[in-house]
Amino acid sequence: MTHSGTAAPTGRVATMPEKISVTLSVNRKPVRLLVAPWTTLLDALRDHLDLTGTKKGCDHGQCGACTVLVEGRRINSCLTLAVMQEGAEITTIEGLARDGELHPLQQAFIDHDAFQCGYCTSGQICSAAGLIAEGRAKTAAEIRELMSGNICRCGAYPNIVAAIQQAMERS
Amino acid sequence: MIPFQYTRANDVADAIKQIATDPSAKFIAGGTNLIDLIKYDVAAPTRLIDISRLPLRNVEETATGGVLIGALVPNTDLAYHPVIEQRYPLLSRSILAGASQQLRNMASTGGNLVQRTRCFYFYDVATPCNKREPGSGCSAIDGINRINAILGTSDSCIATHPSDMCVALAVLEAIVHVVGPAGARNIAFADFHRLPGNTPQRDTNLEPDEIITAIELPPKGFSANYSYLKIRDRLSYAFALVSVAAALELEGDTIKEARLALGGVAHKPWRSSAAEAALLGQRADRAAFTKAADWLLHGAKGYGHNDFKIGLARRAIIRTLSQAARGTPQSISDKKIR
Amino acid sequence: MASYIGTATSRVDGRAKVTGEAKYAGEFNVPGLVHGYVVDSTIPKGRIARIDTSGALGMAGVIDVLTHQNRPQMPDKDAAYKDEVAPENGSPYRPLYDDRILFTGQPVALVLAEDWETARVAASQVKIEYEKEPHVTDLQAERSRAFTVDAPEKPRGDAEQAFASAPVRHAAEYSIPTEHHNPMELFASTAIWEDGRLTVYDKTQGVQNVQKYLCGVFKMKPDEVRVMSPYMGGGFGAGLRPQYQVMLAVLGACALKRPVRVMLTRAQMYALGYRPASIERLALGANEGGTLESMQHEAIAVTSQFEEFARNDTGWGNLLYKSPNAKFSHKLVKLDLPTSCDMRAPGAATGVYALECAMDELAIALKTDPVQLRLQCYSDRHQGEDLPYTSKQLRECYRQGAAEFGWEKRNPEPRSMRDGSELVGWGMASGVWEALQMPATVRIVLTANGHAEVATAASDIGTGTYTIMAQVAADMLGLPIDNISVKLGDSTLPQCPLEGGSWIASSVCNAIANTARAVRGDLLELAKQAKDSPFAGVGVDDVGLVDGKIVSKRDASCAMPIASAMLSGKAERITREETNNVAEDKSHARNVHSAIFAEVKVDEELGVIRVTRVVKAVAAGRILNPKTAHSQVMGGVVWGIGMALHEETLYDHRFGRVMNANIAEYHVPVNADIHDIKVIFVDEPDAIVNPLGIKGLGEIGIVGVAAAIANAVYHATGKRVRDLPITLDKVIQFN
Repeated sequence: MTHSGTAAPTGRVATMPEKISVTLSVNRKPVRLLVAPWTTLLDALRDHLDLTGTKKGCDHGQCGACTVLVEGRRINSCLTLAVMQEGAEITTIEGLARDGELHPLQQAFIDHDAFQCGYCTSGQICSAAGLIAEGRAKTAAEIRELMSGNICRCGAYPNIVAAIQQAMERS
Repeated sequence: MIPFQYTRANDVADAIKQIATDPSAKFIAGGTNLIDLIKYDVAAPTRLIDISRLPLRNVEETATGGVLIGALVPNTDLAYHPVIEQRYPLLSRSILAGASQQLRNMASTGGNLVQRTRCFYFYDVATPCNKREPGSGCSAIDGINRINAILGTSDSCIATHPSDMCVALAVLEAIVHVVGPAGARNIAFADFHRLPGNTPQRDTNLEPDEIITAIELPPKGFSANYSYLKIRDRLSYAFALVSVAAALELEGDTIKEARLALGGVAHKPWRSSAAEAALLGQRADRAAFTKAADWLLHGAKGYGHNDFKIGLARRAIIRTLSQAARGTPQSISDKKIR
Repeated sequence: MASYIGTATSRVDGRAKVTGEAKYAGEFNVPGLVHGYVVDSTIPKGRIARIDTSGALGMAGVIDVLTHQNRPQMPDKDAAYKDEVAPENGSPYRPLYDDRILFTGQPVALVLAEDWETARVAASQVKIEYEKEPHVTDLQAERSRAFTVDAPEKPRGDAEQAFASAPVRHAAEYSIPTEHHNPMELFASTAIWEDGRLTVYDKTQGVQNVQKYLCGVFKMKPDEVRVMSPYMGGGFGAGLRPQYQVMLAVLGACALKRPVRVMLTRAQMYALGYRPASIERLALGANEGGTLESMQHEAIAVTSQFEEFARNDTGWGNLLYKSPNAKFSHKLVKLDLPTSCDMRAPGAATGVYALECAMDELAIALKTDPVQLRLQCYSDRHQGEDLPYTSKQLRECYRQGAAEFGWEKRNPEPRSMRDGSELVGWGMASGVWEALQMPATVRIVLTANGHAEVATAASDIGTGTYTIMAQVAADMLGLPIDNISVKLGDSTLPQCPLEGGSWIASSVCNAIANTARAVRGDLLELAKQAKDSPFAGVGVDDVGLVDGKIVSKRDASCAMPIASAMLSGKAERITREETNNVAEDKSHARNVHSAIFAEVKVDEELGVIRVTRVVKAVAAGRILNPKTAHSQVMGGVVWGIGMALHEETLYDHRFGRVMNANIAEYHVPVNADIHDIKVIFVDEPDAIVNPLGIKGLGEIGIVGVAAAIANAVYHATGKRVRDLPITLDKVIQFN
C-alpha cells in the first residue's frame, strides 16, 4: 500500500517571490530589512536583527513567549508578518531597560524569582508591560486571567503575579 | 508552508479588485488564524492581500439606535469600547472569554467571524478531512472527537466553529455588512455561518471575493440580564467545550424576550427559535430554563468522546439563564461559576 | 559575614534572563549560518519507498537536502549511538540512517538553506512516498503483550495470600496517559565548524553526554568537539538524551563544512521522548487495626519497539509504609512510538500517584483519617533493603503540612463541605524521591584580587544551579557572592553528571566544598611563606576563609587577607580541581520526602474543578537557597496540577499519530489555573547523606501532587477518578 505523505496541500512548486523591503522602528531605532513575504515579525527580530531576547516557543500563538509591544500593545510576534508592520514602533525585551537601569518589571521579576529557565520570561515581561498599560487588571485574579496567554512551563505563575503587583504599585 | 506573495490593498475597492484577479489569494487582517493555518500547511494561498490598513476601525452609533463596528476593529478594542461595555456587555464578555489578550489585540472583528475550526483532523494534513480536502473523509466521526460538534452535524463533518464572540453576535442578531464585485449586501448573522452538510469546506456564506466591512448591532443590547458562560478543559486560554450566551428581557419575573445561543457544539453558533419561544411569557425559573435547554438541544447527537457535551450543555444553559435572570453575569476573572 | 547558604538569594543569572541577554541553543547567529528544517514521517511504521527532493533543491537559497540516501557516512554499530542514558536493552534510533520508519514524526529529510524562511518553504516541496506496515500504538489494546523487566524491589512474604486473607482490602487499577515535557524552548542545536573543530550549542541537560555521543557517531576525538549549553529553556528530562536535532545539525555541518542550526517545531517535539503511559495496579490489604498486611503494585508502561525504557514505578511503597508482605512488578509494552524517557520524577510521579490514591481508598475502607493511616503504616526503615534512613522527617511534613492547611477542620464525609455552588474537597498524599550524589568535579580559580571562578560541566536548566554554586563557593571561600563567577554548560569544563535525578545540587556543592578546601590548603601554604607567618604549624582544617581572609579557627586575631597570602607566596592565582566523595556507604537509605495537602472546589452541576490551595511540606535536608528552592517545589506542584487535571497526549491509533501535538490542545496549566501554593521546608539536618546535608529538590515537587488532588476531588464529589487527567466529564455523569 502506498501512502502519499507530502505536506503541501496543493503540491504546486512555486517560484520564490521577491523579497520586500520593510522599515520598522525597533526599540526606538529605525531599521530597514529585506524579508520574504512570509517572514514573521518574530523571525525578523531573532534572525535578521539578532534580537534573540524575543523567544520562539511554539510559533503558533499558543504560548506567548514571543510577546512584544507594537505601538505599546502586546501581541504575539509569531503570528504577524514583518511586512505587515511597516512603519510600526516595536519594543522588545531588549528595549525595556533604559541606560542600563532595569525596567521596574524586570527588577520585580528578579526580586520575586518569577522565572526559572528564563525562556518565557521576555514574553511574560513584555506582556506584563502591556497589561499595566491597558489598566484593566487590578486584582490578582484579573492579573492571572489577563496573563494567561503566557505559558510558564516551570510553573512560576504565583511569583509572576507577585512581581506584576510590585511593579504596578511602583508605577 | 508554500511561498506566497504579499500585496497591500489601498481601499475596499482595491481589495476586491485584487482578489478578483487572483482566486488563490486570501485577505489578511489580524492574521492570528490565517498565519497559523499557513504554517501548518492547512491553508496555502499564493498571495496575501493585506487589508489591515483599510479605514474600517470605527465603532459608531447608528441613526437607528444600533452600533456599527468596523471590520478591522481589534477584538480588545471592541471588548473595551465604552459603548459596547455599557450597551452590549454580553459581546464584551464573550470576546474576553476567548484566546489571550495578545491574540485579541491582533485579531479583527471581521476575522473573528471567518476563523476556522480547531478540529484536530482539520489541522493535521496527514489525516483525511472533508473540510480541508473535500471527499477525503471525516476522521473525527470515529476518532478523537472530544471537542467536536453534537448539533447540526453531517456524515461529512462534525467540526465546530470555535469563536466566542460569534455566539454573542448570534444572540444580538448582528448584521454582517459585506462588499463584493457586485456591490454591498447585508447578511443576517443567522445566515452567515453554514452547517457542514456535504460541503463542509465552506464555513460561511461569504463569497471568496467578498470582504466584510462592518458588523452592525441592532439597538437591543440586553445589558440588564445577560451572561456568557464558557466551559473548557482549563480555566483560561482554551477553546470552549461548551459555551452559552443568554440574554433576557424581564418584566418582574416574567420573560418578555429571550435569546440563547451555544458555542463549541456546532458548525455555527447554535440557536433555536423553539427554545426561545418556550421562554416567552414564562416565569424566569429553573423549570422554564430546563424546557428551553431541552428545545435547544433537540436532536443533539454524540460521537463517543463528546457524548458528555449534551448533558453538560443542558446544565450550562440552565445555569447561564439563571445568571442572566439574576442579573449576575459570569465573571471573566473570577473562575467560580455562581 | 552572614552565610549565603540557607539565605534567600536572587538568581545570579537573573539579570541576563530578564533583559533577554541570556542566549539559548538556537540563538547563536554566526556569519554564514545555514538553517536546517526537518521533514518528518507522516506514518508510524513502514519504509520510505521514494523521496523526491528536486522541488526543494530547485528553490533559490536551498543548499542541500540530506536523506538516508545521500547523507554522510554513519557508523553501523549500536554502540556508537549509545549515550549515557540510553536503555541497556535495545538499539538507539539513528536519524536518517536508512529507509525504515519506526515512528510518526521520525526525521526523514533535512533541508539546508541560506535562511530559515527558505528552509521552511522548501521542506514542503520534499515529496515522500511510503510503504506502510501495520502498526500498534495503543497500550490498553496491547497490554496482553506486556513482558516483565527486572523487578525494582524483591518480594517479601506471600503478598497474594496475605491480601486474600486481609480483613480490609482495596484493589484497583489506575492509569496515567502519555505526557510530553513541552519545555518552553524548542529543541535546537547550532553546530559551528572552526579549523576542523566543532563547537555545538545544544539544548541539553548534559553537555558531556552529548559530546561523547557526537564523538561516537561522527568518529571524532574528544578535543575536536565542544558542546555548550549556557542556558536551557526547560528540560524536565527531555534533554537528558541527545535529541536528534543535534545529530542532524552536526551531520549538516559535516556535509557542508559550514555552521548549521536545526530548530525543531513544537509539533516535531512530540516525536521525542515522553513520559510513558502506564497502567498501575494496586492491591492493599490491611488488618482491622489499620496497618498493612500486604502491598502489591504492578505497572505496565510503554516503550518503543527498539529500546526498553523502564523506571521504578512500583518500589515507592517500600520507602513509605511497613508491610510484612509485598510484591512488585514492572512490565513493558512495545509500541510503534519513539522510546519513552525520563520526565520529572520518572516512575515516582506515576507510581506514587497510584499508590497514594490507593492509600486514600484504603483509609476510606478503614474509616480512618488518611493522615492517620499513613502514620500508622509509617516506616522508619526502607522496607525492601531493611535499612535506616540518613534522615526522614516525613512525620514532621505531615504535621506541619496539616497544621498549615487546617486539616483538622476536615469533615471526612464526601460531599460534606461546600462553598455556594461548589463542593469543597480536601485531599492529601505523600511524596518520596531519592537523595543521590553522582561524581562531579569542580574547578576553582582564585585570583589575588579576591575573585573566584567556579566551573563544572553542569547545566542550569532553570533549577538555580548557577546561584547555589555561587552561594556555596562564596561561603567556602569567604568572599562576597559578587566576587564569584560560575561557569557551566561547557563540555570542556571539569566532569559533571547530567542535570537530572535531583542530584546536581548535592554532587556539585560537595565538590565545591572539597575544591575550596584544597584552595584553602594552598592559601595556607602561601600564607606560611610570609615573614613571621602566624600560621606556622597550622593545619588546613584549623583555618577558615572568612571575609576575604584566612583565619585561624582557634584565634580569630590570627588572620591574613587572601591577597597578602598570595602576594607572600608570589602566586597570582590558585587553581584546584576536586571531586565530591560519593559514599560507598550501603548502610542507609537516602531519600527526600514530602506531604501534600490540596483543596479543590468543584462546581456541583458542571464539574468544573479549581485547585484553590495546595500546601506542600518538604523534608529535603539542607535548603541552600530558600528562594529558588521554593520556586522549584512550587513549579513541581504546578506540574502536579497539570498532571492531575490537564495533561494528556492524545493518539489516534488508526493513524498512529498524536492529534494534539501543540500547546493549544495539549493543555498545561496557565496562570488562571494556579492559586495559592504554600511550600514549607521542614528542618532536616542530615550529616550522613553527604557532608553538606543536601538532598536535592528537582523531582520531589511533583511527586504525590496528582494523588492529593485526585483524593480531594473524591472528597468533594464522592466520585473516584482513577484515570488521569481528571476532566469534568469523568467527575460527573452528564447524560
